[in-house]
Amino acid sequence: MSATESAVVSRFANWNAAIIAITVIVLIVAAASVDSFGTSQNFGFLVLDLLPIALVALPMTLVIVTGEIDLSVASTLGLSSAVMGYLWNANQPIETIIPLCLLLGAVLGAVNGFFVTVLGLPSLAVTIGTLALYRGLAFVVLGDSAVADFPTVYTDWVTGSIGGTPIPNVLIIIVVLAIVFGVILHATPIGRAVFAVGASEQAARFAGVRPGRVKFWLYVASGLISGLAGVLWTLRYSSARADNGAGLELAVVAAVLLGGVSIFGGKGALPGVIAGVVLLGSLQNALRLSDVSNEALNVVTGVLLIASVLGPNLVNRLRRT
Amino acid sequence: MTQRRNLAVLAVLALALSACGGTTKSSTESQNTAAPATTAGKADPNAPLKEGLKIAYLPKQLNNPYTDVEVGGGKVAVGEIKGEYKLVGPNDASASSQVSYINTLIQQQQNVIVVAANDPNAVCPSLNQARKAGVKIVTFDSDASKTCRDAFINQATTQGIGESLVKMASELAGGSGEIAILSATPNATNQNSWIKVMQTELAKPENSKLKLVKIAYGNDDDQKSFTEAQGLLQSYPNLKVIVSPTTVGIAAASRYVSASSYKGKVAITGLGLPNQMRQYVKDGTVKKFALWNPADIGYLAAYAGAALSSGQITGAQGEKFKAGKLGEYTIGADGEIVLGPPTEFTAANIDQFNF
Amino acid sequence: MTAVELPAPHRSSLDVVLRARELGIVLALGILVLVTTISNPRFLSGQSIRDILLNTAILAVLAVGQAVVVITRNIDLSVGSVLGLSAFTVGTLLQNDNLPVVLALLVGAGVGVVCGAVNGVIVRYGNVPALVVTLGTLYVYRGITYFWAGGQQINADELPAGFLDFGNATLLGVPYLVVIALLVLVITGVVLRNYRVGRELYAMGSSPQAARLAGIAVGRRTIGAFTVSGALAGLAGVLFAARFGTIDAAAGTGYELNVVAAVVVGGVAVFGGSGTVWGAALGALLLTTIGSALAVLEINQFWQQAIVGGLILLAIGADRLVAVRVAASLKKRGSHVSN
Repeated sequence: MSATESAVVSRFANWNAAIIAITVIVLIVAAASVDSFGTSQNFGFLVLDLLPIALVALPMTLVIVTGEIDLSVASTLGLSSAVMGYLWNANQPIETIIPLCLLLGAVLGAVNGFFVTVLGLPSLAVTIGTLALYRGLAFVVLGDSAVADFPTVYTDWVTGSIGGTPIPNVLIIIVVLAIVFGVILHATPIGRAVFAVGASEQAARFAGVRPGRVKFWLYVASGLISGLAGVLWTLRYSSARADNGAGLELAVVAAVLLGGVSIFGGKGALPGVIAGVVLLGSLQNALRLSDVSNEALNVVTGVLLIASVLGPNLVNRLRRT
Repeated sequence: MTQRRNLAVLAVLALALSACGGTTKSSTESQNTAAPATTAGKADPNAPLKEGLKIAYLPKQLNNPYTDVEVGGGKVAVGEIKGEYKLVGPNDASASSQVSYINTLIQQQQNVIVVAANDPNAVCPSLNQARKAGVKIVTFDSDASKTCRDAFINQATTQGIGESLVKMASELAGGSGEIAILSATPNATNQNSWIKVMQTELAKPENSKLKLVKIAYGNDDDQKSFTEAQGLLQSYPNLKVIVSPTTVGIAAASRYVSASSYKGKVAITGLGLPNQMRQYVKDGTVKKFALWNPADIGYLAAYAGAALSSGQITGAQGEKFKAGKLGEYTIGADGEIVLGPPTEFTAANIDQFNF
Repeated sequence: MTAVELPAPHRSSLDVVLRARELGIVLALGILVLVTTISNPRFLSGQSIRDILLNTAILAVLAVGQAVVVITRNIDLSVGSVLGLSAFTVGTLLQNDNLPVVLALLVGAGVGVVCGAVNGVIVRYGNVPALVVTLGTLYVYRGITYFWAGGQQINADELPAGFLDFGNATLLGVPYLVVIALLVLVITGVVLRNYRVGRELYAMGSSPQAARLAGIAVGRRTIGAFTVSGALAGLAGVLFAARFGTIDAAAGTGYELNVVAAVVVGGVAVFGGSGTVWGAALGALLLTTIGSALAVLEINQFWQQAIVGGLILLAIGADRLVAVRVAASLKKRGSHVSN
């Protein structure tokens, strides 16, 4: 048992290292071979493009480590954006709207958490349901219209960079939250509880962890961050729309799995996930700069996703035989 | 309903929280609208047209036959002026993916970006960033906000299109009865401005017997438009005419009606592509519809972009430039360049057109 | 393959509950139709019913395939992309040749078989969860279609009249599309209920380990289930092409959500082992009818998606409740017997 366990652990550690290495290689190759990939302006664009995926991937990692999933994140983002537009149109101050949207995100997450932990329903089905529900409500709130003209102070901050440096302001948000989630997952009792629940709920319960409570708060966190992503999305494009971020959930799940998190729960690490997000984002950016079509991008994403799980499995199998 | 009440509660809560006020829509309105369009330099009408200009087309989305015809015209024009033609675009008509493409085009140091905006505001910051980098922006098909482009190629005047749509509808309805509109997305800039003109036209006494019962939105999605047409006919049994000011909508509505029991009872008209509509004109589902030549839009855009980039024009009202086979154009108010009047297609003339 | 006796479909309380589950959907459907018809009698006109049935046909074929996969405790998210690929393949073929409709159906199903088998093989031999595999192939199959189509669109006037007629023609008053959907439904339903293969799929879904111990070829059945789902998605692609006449690379984008919703609303448990294709097809009918009813009732169509979401939550919540009740009553009965 301990032998296989350590094999599994090392397999994941290997994958974590591998995905980081692959990401670094891709970045170097892209900078060397693609014109203007390495420019500071492009760096800013790249960060802005992967901002929503990076943010939502953080709580998603923890949710998937517990063996659950949250497919409603993009719809939460959309509803947060729609409500932001609605309230802005209702002449509310942006300083109140933003916290309200974050609160709304947390509430939407709590609804997911309630269905999954209190009623004990499968999270896949619950969040497919809320995926449709939240997106539908976003359309009910804002219809098909778009709300623009958000204050330039805020929109400029989101698209701008720190002082004279090429470092985008939003990178601060990503880094701070990544550190927060990284520390929680890898260096606190909460993180240990998350892994324990994912490995075996029963065992975790015997060890004094309350799986329901852990999961519930993770869903709240997932909703909260998705709400934040909705606010930032709206400010970045200075356009609140009900369809903002549609389909993003697939990209987020793809990035998390690419980062070496097991869909069955119990295994995964945040540095790998960050690498997964960067890998997806920079590949997309570099290919687009080389005039490779979006279509090819889709194929690359899909293949990478399958390969990220298939690869380690096959290697393992070959090693055994 | 409850959603609305909840929002009201939220709104009240927000109001309470913001007793001291903050940044609200009305407090920022004055600053935001004041964003200036900085067009540096002066026009030199005699400047030679530069060669080797990199002109990139960014339509609303790639999978649209109408768009293909438009950018096809652009490709021809770019060839004539010995420039470098490029076509990029998203597969879905979303504003956010257009922004990524604009950013890419800035990196690739294009000279001109010809763009049809999916959201007039969402693309603005990026377009202005491009202009700061010296890229000239020409919009076509669907305009971006005036503050972030140099010129807009208008396929026809908004007024002209709206009037001709109402005229065709009135003729087909025999002067009275219920009509409905099947539009693209509810925030499509051009469709909405035409619909607004149509509504003013319909309010006039001579059209008082025409009743606009519903505006449906097919989102320029074939299947959605198809089901929306279906819904219209179910909800309004006395419907006489469906007016669809979008090529996707008119084709889908015609296809539905031609194969249903409504054929012959309901007339379809609007803006359509002759190649897509030929079948329905021939089988009698559609009597007449209108459109400009989309290839000319892309063509004109290339020349306008080149003239901007060469310094012949700056986008100010009254400036003139030559657009190859189309002849001379004058820039109107707000940088608008009007292509010309639309053509009406009927069974008699449709075979003369191939686009 | 020893002759292990699989639990025959015994008419237990479980069966009654399942039947009640489908009855619930029928009831909801009935109320919906009644309310809508009262507000607008045209809702029950021939044309309107025909439209609803035609729209249901495509979704139902997909839902039947999805139900087969979900019953084995898997999921197939690639169905929308497979539909698109198949529709575009068939459209391209028909553009050049006037193939007979039957051949077109076979080609479409063939494309689906290949896609489905690829899914199944990766799930089985790669030991990769179905969610991951089919999420990946959702991108890949769609990407292939875009790559191939390159912005090209196939219009109705480029398709042979015979094929388009097939999309609208009827057999004794019933549209062909509906006939095909019913055939698919009945055959799959009977196989699942009355044949060994079918019961094995349920056994796998209830407990993969137990199924393996009982000598069921779990791997082969898994590949089989995915192939069936793929084949039906391919078939649906041909129906889509015939019904809508205009095909581009985006055909069927986002369908997977509706399909999974239909299956879940139809009472197929996401964790496998229970539910029927009848329920899935009823779920498809209910979702389609809601869409049409909203248009007729002039309720803002934006509500539709929210309602679908609410229905999914309601359905799984109700299933859970029933399951708890049944478990409790079985326990009670068990104690009764031992007394």
